[in-house]
Amino acid sequence: MGFIVFLLKRILGLVPTFFGITLISFFVMHLAPGEPMSLQADFNPKMTPEMRQRLRAQYGLDKPLYVQYSRWLKGLVHLDLGRSFSPDRRKVWDKIRERLPVTILINVLSMLLILAVSIPLGVRAAVRENSLFDQVTTVLVFLAYAAPAFWVALLLMLLFGIEWNLLPVSGLHSLMGYDQMGLFEKVVDWSKHLVLPVFVSAIGGLAGFSRYTRSSMLEVLRQDYITTARAKGLPERVVIYRHALRNALLPLITILGLSIPGLIGGSVIFESIFAIPGVGQLMWSAVMARDYPVLMGNLVIVSILTLLGNLLADIGYAAVDPRIRTGLQEQE
Amino acid sequence: MRRGIISSFFHLLFVLAFFIHLSPSCLAEGGAKKERPAYGDAIVVGSIGDASNLIPMLATDATSHEIAGLIYNGLVKYDKDLNLVGDLARSWEIKRGGKEIIFHLKKGIRWQDGVPFTSRDVLFGFKTITDPKTPTAYAGDFLEVEKAEAPDPYTFRVIYKEPFAPALSSWGDIVVLPEHLLRGKDITKSGLVRHPVGLGPYKFRLWKTQERIELDANPDYFDGRPYLDRYIMRIVPDPATMFMELKAGGLDWMGLSPVQYKRQTNTPFFRKNFRKYRYLSFSYTYLGYNLRHPFFKDKRVRQAISYAIDKKEIIRGVLLGLGVVATGPYKPDAWFYNPNVRRYPYNPQRARRLLAEAGWKDRDGDGILDKDGIPFSFTVLTNQGNSLRDKTAQIIQYRLRQVGIEMKIRQLEWTAFINDFIDKRRFEAVILGWTLGQDPDIFDIWHSSKTGPKQLNFIGYKNREVDRLLVLGRRTFDREKRKKIYFRIQEILAEDQPYTFLYVPMALPIIHARFHGIKPAPAGISYNFIRWWVPKNEQKYIIP
Repeated sequence: MGFIVFLLKRILGLVPTFFGITLISFFVMHLAPGEPMSLQADFNPKMTPEMRQRLRAQYGLDKPLYVQYSRWLKGLVHLDLGRSFSPDRRKVWDKIRERLPVTILINVLSMLLILAVSIPLGVRAAVRENSLFDQVTTVLVFLAYAAPAFWVALLLMLLFGIEWNLLPVSGLHSLMGYDQMGLFEKVVDWSKHLVLPVFVSAIGGLAGFSRYTRSSMLEVLRQDYITTARAKGLPERVVIYRHALRNALLPLITILGLSIPGLIGGSVIFESIFAIPGVGQLMWSAVMARDYPVLMGNLVIVSILTLLGNLLADIGYAAVDPRIRTGLQEQE
Repeated sequence: MRRGIISSFFHLLFVLAFFIHLSPSCLAEGGAKKERPAYGDAIVVGSIGDASNLIPMLATDATSHEIAGLIYNGLVKYDKDLNLVGDLARSWEIKRGGKEIIFHLKKGIRWQDGVPFTSRDVLFGFKTITDPKTPTAYAGDFLEVEKAEAPDPYTFRVIYKEPFAPALSSWGDIVVLPEHLLRGKDITKSGLVRHPVGLGPYKFRLWKTQERIELDANPDYFDGRPYLDRYIMRIVPDPATMFMELKAGGLDWMGLSPVQYKRQTNTPFFRKNFRKYRYLSFSYTYLGYNLRHPFFKDKRVRQAISYAIDKKEIIRGVLLGLGVVATGPYKPDAWFYNPNVRRYPYNPQRARRLLAEAGWKDRDGDGILDKDGIPFSFTVLTNQGNSLRDKTAQIIQYRLRQVGIEMKIRQLEWTAFINDFIDKRRFEAVILGWTLGQDPDIFDIWHSSKTGPKQLNFIGYKNREVDRLLVLGRRTFDREKRKKIYFRIQEILAEDQPYTFLYVPMALPIIHARFHGIKPAPAGISYNFIRWWVPKNEQKYIIP
């Protein structure tokens, strides 16, 4: 019971935080120089001052900022994110929605790859602390972390795409004949196109996760119950993977929770390099064009996911660790 | 100045452009044996940016116009030698000294959905573009119109308040719209924005946002079916990736940078599989002075800076030789270009002498000229992310230092640059470029009435004679008389040096060798795109 009350309180607490975020972002965004029509209108000889005023009125930019904000907020309450200020005037939600699947797909795959590689890496590095393996992996993951994504991407394209001709250079699927492919062929085609982008977006994240796993694991390995488990004569595998790792993964739940919003926030760098039509490129061009509705729309989604991610991390923590649950009840 | 938007990026897109030199490889193709053109195959074109809106009057970006240009037609168009010729119009009459134009339209033309095209579509387009509710950047030309009417389905008459020479060319593809699909609808929310229906050689097939746009040949095109079955534009935002796609066979046509043109495509692989073309692009780059600034009020100072800059060196260093020196606001192969204006070859002695005459001398011995105790030091602004302009600035900085002028360079994000610096006149000098149109009218950039906020004469240039000639040029239809007017304007601008005109860069397209029928002309290469073809045995893509 106490847990549910705690949950409700947390969720209610998120509402003012959310509106605070939108309020601050809305005003900060309008501080940037220039206006949405800048790209269309500035330095265009055919643009008369009357036309400029007309456009401003159409976008509602002639109203004071608080009126613009309250208008936007009214739309949001009706689940309407408004229309983009770019020449296509499309609905913001349509523009974001069409790009979400591919962004989420790549980010989920890359997250899975990161977990699959960095957890075993971190565990081994912790078990053999300061060994050659530990030191070599440390150097390697930090190299991967430090290498600029665009540079790695271009090198890999050159190698796999042109020198060895094994993988396509960019894009999501083949240009010609894709419509005639069967389901299996389509999956193979997509996979070929996704290998490099997923790999490039993952290598930067290896360092963080493997380091977290390692330090968390080291801490656990020093605990008395590990000594006890070993003293019981349990095999080393069981000691490490069942007794130590389970506990070591606890802090990772928080980190995972916090990386949920990252799943929809694409990266403009690798999306541009691999010519992938993701959310990152949309946001980048929206910033450049001062397309306020699209920016706010994305912000709403990211902030909701961030808040939810926090909440989920808390819940996950509570669910996994009985100490937190009981602690909560004692507080009530 | 149709579509005369300043070029904020170096043109990777090969918008219509003047041709001057053939590359050797391309000469070989010109003399090829006579073959019968074949239908089939597709062309894959690379573009760094996605289209925004496929209704031409609502879009301002090059990609949208590139695509829309294959789908829509105008009453008139420019032919390969940049003469205005009829497109949807069979002929036209100019009456009452240019105040009245009557277009006679071709018969039997149908929209791609089968509905016949009539003069009502032109009238509808005109009404839409002048409708205050239409968010278009192109209404300017049509505000001069007093009355437009469609007396019968194949006649369209327009009457101007004053004779307006650029008028004829404004009746291009921007203003003809299918009335039956748009009447009574909000054009900004129309389905045609993303699914256009036109009269042109290609029909819309699909548009995957930020990924690709595909067009199919229109078998019923009134000027003959295009040979290539499909046109595909792939959006590849990164120029390095685009080049690799070209190399890997994923693209057939892209615009090259000077380095790619000179060095990276100079391999046996490229010589065998591709043809390179080059011609002067419709643009120029300049160093513009804020004429309200005390340093630059004196004409002698501006002339001195022009002498101190070695423009040929900039072309060698920045464009690897792929450009020509600009002597005024036009490119050298236009019919209205005046080659006999005052020129400013590199001459540092002369620059120093002119500066001394203007009172600039190094009195305190620090190597920088000074006058009334103020050192000659200023900042030049340019937009971020344009490496050509950045390199140009550095070369100018080095040369000006040699005559005792200190120039600092500051790069700014585009929107901030325009809104906080240009519009507020908070600049001393800028390095920017203009995109040129096919008409010599440059009223908006040089007339003294255009110095207000958000207007294009932001440097504050005022010259009575130029003002008078600019107005006269707009009212004169006779080509020879117009030529004289614009020749005189170029002379004055060359003498006044309100800008130091730097260079006209070249457009550098590369196209796969299997495409035949590409015939470079003053208009560039894409003017006869629908007559390009691939021999049956070389066709790469089979279109079902």
